[in-house]
Amino acid sequence: MGLEAKLTQDGFLTTKIDALLAWSRKSSVWPMPMGISCCAIEMMAVGGPKYDIARFGSEVMRFTPRQCDLMIVAGTVTYKMSHVVKKIYDQMPDPKWVIAMGACTSSGGMYRSYPVVQGIDQFLPVDIYLAGCPPRPDNLLNALIQIQEKIGRTKGRDFQNKPLSELNVIQNN
Amino acid sequence: MKEIILNQLNASLPNIQVETSEFKDELTIQVQKKDIVEVCKVLKNDSELKFIHCIDVTAIDWARRKDRFTVVYHLFSLKNKFQLVVKADVDESDCNIDTVSSVWRSANWHEREVYDMYGITFNFHPDLRRMYMPEEFEYHPLRKDFPVLGIPGSLPLPKK
Repeated sequence: MGLEAKLTQDGFLTTKIDALLAWSRKSSVWPMPMGISCCAIEMMAVGGPKYDIARFGSEVMRFTPRQCDLMIVAGTVTYKMSHVVKKIYDQMPDPKWVIAMGACTSSGGMYRSYPVVQGIDQFLPVDIYLAGCPPRPDNLLNALIQIQEKIGRTKGRDFQNKPLSELNVIQNN
Repeated sequence: MKEIILNQLNASLPNIQVETSEFKDELTIQVQKKDIVEVCKVLKNDSELKFIHCIDVTAIDWARRKDRFTVVYHLFSLKNKFQLVVKADVDESDCNIDTVSSVWRSANWHEREVYDMYGITFNFHPDLRRMYMPEEFEYHPLRKDFPVLGIPGSLPLPKK
């Protein structure tokens, strides 16, 4: 199979540290399930055996933001809730990524009215906007794969000795 | 049922004005806003009526009418299996009405919601705070002159 086959010979392989770091980072993205409304149900389906997010190394949904790399904002974010979402996002350790799951989170969706934030990119740096109301579970998996590709392109030096504000710029590219 | 309600109201409170109307088998009684607590007490406590369930308290904004708001009380009598609507007009210049939370405790939150959404003050209410919107919000969203998309900058967002 994978690594074991190579290890049978002389027991070493050559790679770049950057590649190894990015590979390990992207293979175990720990999501923070920010389930606010109906999109969270589809997110649960992704966690279940039929769609099985574990195939992509992201089955450890942590309910403490301090252990997470990826925030899945699943649901309508109201102005009152936006402060909570931001607070949880701020507690996540860098580097971190954000999926805006569904129409409400991306643009306000069908709630074009006064209490709903018309797109969470007004206060969060969003990496993937996910279409659908709610998106199919396959669609969320697709978003995760795209996040993994994005993480795979990062270099170790992208995250070294950078102030937070610059880091966000890199993540938004 | 209409006769029983009016008879009992007249017997207990002979001096009040009550208008009735009916729509789709639903009886509405319109009272003056100064009488609302007395009327509600009778409706709840009278042994013939027993409207012990306050389903909802809400309001209507008529925008350009003289008495701009109507406060609407939906009541249900488990004894008679009958639903009754009580209405009272409130003008914008004197935008308050007495609370009925002393009659039905569940009216407490319903009245807070009406206060939040329409800006109608409930006199003697034990805890008149906003229900949904942030406490420092200055507007009342369900008024007809409030824009659907809100007033820009009136609700704070966290810094990016």
